[in-house]
Amino acid sequence: MDSVNYKVEIPVIEGNPSLGGLDELISRPTITKPDRKYYIALSISLSMLSLGVIGVALTFFYGIGMWGNNIPVAWAFDITNFVFWVGIGHAGTLISAILFLLRQKWRTGISRFAEGMTIFAVMTAGIFPIIHLGRPWLAGYLFPYPNQHSLWVNFTSPLIWDVFAVSTYFTVSLIFWYVGLIPDLAVLRERTVNKIKKIIYSIFSLGWRFSNRHWQHYDMVYLILAGFATPLVLSVHTIVSFDFAVSILPGWHSTIFPPYFVAGAVFSGFAMVQNILILIRKIFNYEHIITLNTLEKMNKVILLTGSMVGYSYLMEMFIAWYSGIQPERFVFINRALGPYAVEFWIMVSCNVIFPQLFWFKKIRRSIIIMFAIGIFVNVGMWMERFVIVVTSLSRDFLPSSWHHFTPTWVDFSILIGSFGFFFTWLLLFTKALPVVSMAEVKAVLKGSQPTHGDH
Amino acid sequence: MSNKILYSYTGIFDTPDQIIQAAEMAVKEGFTKYDVNTPYPLHGMDSAMKLPPSKLGYIALIFGLSAALATALVIGWMSAIDYPLVVGGKPLFSFPAYVPVMFEVTVLTASIATVVAMLFFFFKLPNIGHPLHGTGYMKTVSSDKYGISIQVNDPKLILPDGSFNESFILKFLESVGSKEIAPVYWDEEEINHQNKILDPKFMVFLFVVAIITSAVTYFSLNILMNITPFNWMAEQQKLSVQQTSSVFKNHSGMLVPVPGTVARNSMPYQFSGQPDSAGKSLINPIPVSIESLKKGEIKFDVYCSPCHGFNGDGAGRLNGQFPNPPTLHSDKVRKWTDARIFAVITEGQNVMPSYASQLTVDERWTVINYIRALQRALNAMESDLK
Repeated sequence: MDSVNYKVEIPVIEGNPSLGGLDELISRPTITKPDRKYYIALSISLSMLSLGVIGVALTFFYGIGMWGNNIPVAWAFDITNFVFWVGIGHAGTLISAILFLLRQKWRTGISRFAEGMTIFAVMTAGIFPIIHLGRPWLAGYLFPYPNQHSLWVNFTSPLIWDVFAVSTYFTVSLIFWYVGLIPDLAVLRERTVNKIKKIIYSIFSLGWRFSNRHWQHYDMVYLILAGFATPLVLSVHTIVSFDFAVSILPGWHSTIFPPYFVAGAVFSGFAMVQNILILIRKIFNYEHIITLNTLEKMNKVILLTGSMVGYSYLMEMFIAWYSGIQPERFVFINRALGPYAVEFWIMVSCNVIFPQLFWFKKIRRSIIIMFAIGIFVNVGMWMERFVIVVTSLSRDFLPSSWHHFTPTWVDFSILIGSFGFFFTWLLLFTKALPVVSMAEVKAVLKGSQPTHGDH
Repeated sequence: MSNKILYSYTGIFDTPDQIIQAAEMAVKEGFTKYDVNTPYPLHGMDSAMKLPPSKLGYIALIFGLSAALATALVIGWMSAIDYPLVVGGKPLFSFPAYVPVMFEVTVLTASIATVVAMLFFFFKLPNIGHPLHGTGYMKTVSSDKYGISIQVNDPKLILPDGSFNESFILKFLESVGSKEIAPVYWDEEEINHQNKILDPKFMVFLFVVAIITSAVTYFSLNILMNITPFNWMAEQQKLSVQQTSSVFKNHSGMLVPVPGTVARNSMPYQFSGQPDSAGKSLINPIPVSIESLKKGEIKFDVYCSPCHGFNGDGAGRLNGQFPNPPTLHSDKVRKWTDARIFAVITEGQNVMPSYASQLTVDERWTVINYIRALQRALNAMESDLK
């Protein structure tokens, strides 16, 4: 540990397992029967999900009045949750696309899982704008289609940009994920002895045959998709931030929002990936695939993005003071000292103070502490969105229209339900598909690539 | 065994270096119909196999640019031409606001097009019936070994007499250091398999799909859409007419107006059943003017002309379906006062029903003015020419 030779790259995968051994290890969860722990986890997440289903059903039946929303706080938990979950998704694309373009090999062990997480997070996020519609079964009106009202959507509205951004993000993430899965599904197809599973894997692997004539195009497509996904992921949270920044509300109307939101999204997303990977590597014995080095690198990203978020907080406050605009100044004083001061200070301590502990190598490499900080970060990031959405709305220009927002139990049940929805998908995913990309991990194993020495 | 059709000979290698070398040798020998199968992409294999660079980038480029252009045009058409609506004082064609959507559609289209082109056009997948599937070779190369498969119809392997040069390929595979050499045959079932549309299983499948689709459609359109809360707010927390209510003493949701209440613009008609006295008492309040005659013409053409005809001569479009009404140009009608005609329109006469609900009081008087104009037109007098 003391004398690190920086000329030699640290192997991504520890212990130098054999190629066949990796297949065996990674495909084991898809073959074996789930154990007791799995059922306990699944029942907890399903209970959370059903709580959410009850909340959503009540909302559908009786309307948005079941929530604490009021006028002027027309956006509250729903949009907070939406921004939070879209943000969680961003880490996955960052790991699978941006780190791929940067040739960061340590991403191979965690990319599949992070991509899966992206998809489930975006699915969860997509629920919220739709249930907030009041009559969610009419959500199709959000898309421009030739209708009998001969009416088109308003393309100058950030809310329409959101529709396009989130649906594109989901589709492209799904494609990216599926393209990555094809070779692994083919591996499972070759390995399985179960007849039904063989049929399913055969269909979904499309008859992939590991041909190098295919691998060549496949690499190209992976590169192209990564090249598209990188600006896409930046655009998605930029557009989400436009929902706020394009308005004229003090505390929202700010040009720093796009980079600030993207940094915050990666920040919370990495914290979520880190948290779940710690559990996954423990449960499935992937300690040498998802190594401590990988987790340490993730903690460094959390530290970096956390500092960016902290900088944004300071800059927002500074600009509010520097602009000399009274409502802007008031909003920030109100955030720190007003009725939502508790939420504000939770946000500051969780997002700015705790992640700074990652400057210490010991803390970066301590599983328990990093797990705790990861949870803090996500609590803090949820609070950040809540503070932005609710404080600005509840006290705008006109004191006579001020209104305090108090969440109802339905608000909380839908929030808990969103976690249940996300974790249910995640748990099903860990059992149904390989959570680590076999082809990618094999390609970075020691000795897996030609030496190019003798020719 | 002998009637099986040979597809290729396969050789398996242990290390990446060996397979790269084998691929290079295969190129050197001049094989064209061969393939290298490895569990993951190997660096340097493309150059070893002398494969031309992938052209998929062009597909992404073409589809992406077309999508960007098409989106800009379509959005511009929607918001500036087909449904022009000024929002926030911005110009109808506000290009900067279209950039986010253009970008998203570009990424979406290019990504889908590239992946679809690769899987379905470049690779011709899905291809579950490929002879390499279900072989031990595929099992090995999918996991931890590297393999080369040379098809027997490779031009290099065809002898002048058209037969296949088996010894040559075996010698080649041995010379490059292949460990396991095995022939791969076409699967007979796969070759002889013919998709039959009338296959009973397929028909049953289609039938089940049809039943499920129609059931779901029926359910969602005819049942689901009538269930709260999906029924378009048909049921609301308000009182509809004829509903009971606990608020009022008579338990009726509807309140009856106080006796003697007169609604605006609806003075009750006092001469019901007495057209003659109406004709004597009422006076036409509408002065004759171009506007009132025009108004009267419109109302007359809509409500009166179907029976009375456009000229009021009784030659209406409903002739033959109802008893013809008498002409409005008779002496009788011409000598009636305006108010006497008003009584007929208000209460009806013989077969003619009341038009009180179709025409307001003022409209009735304008119609009468128009009828007078018609009467005068058909019985013009010398004095009218002046």
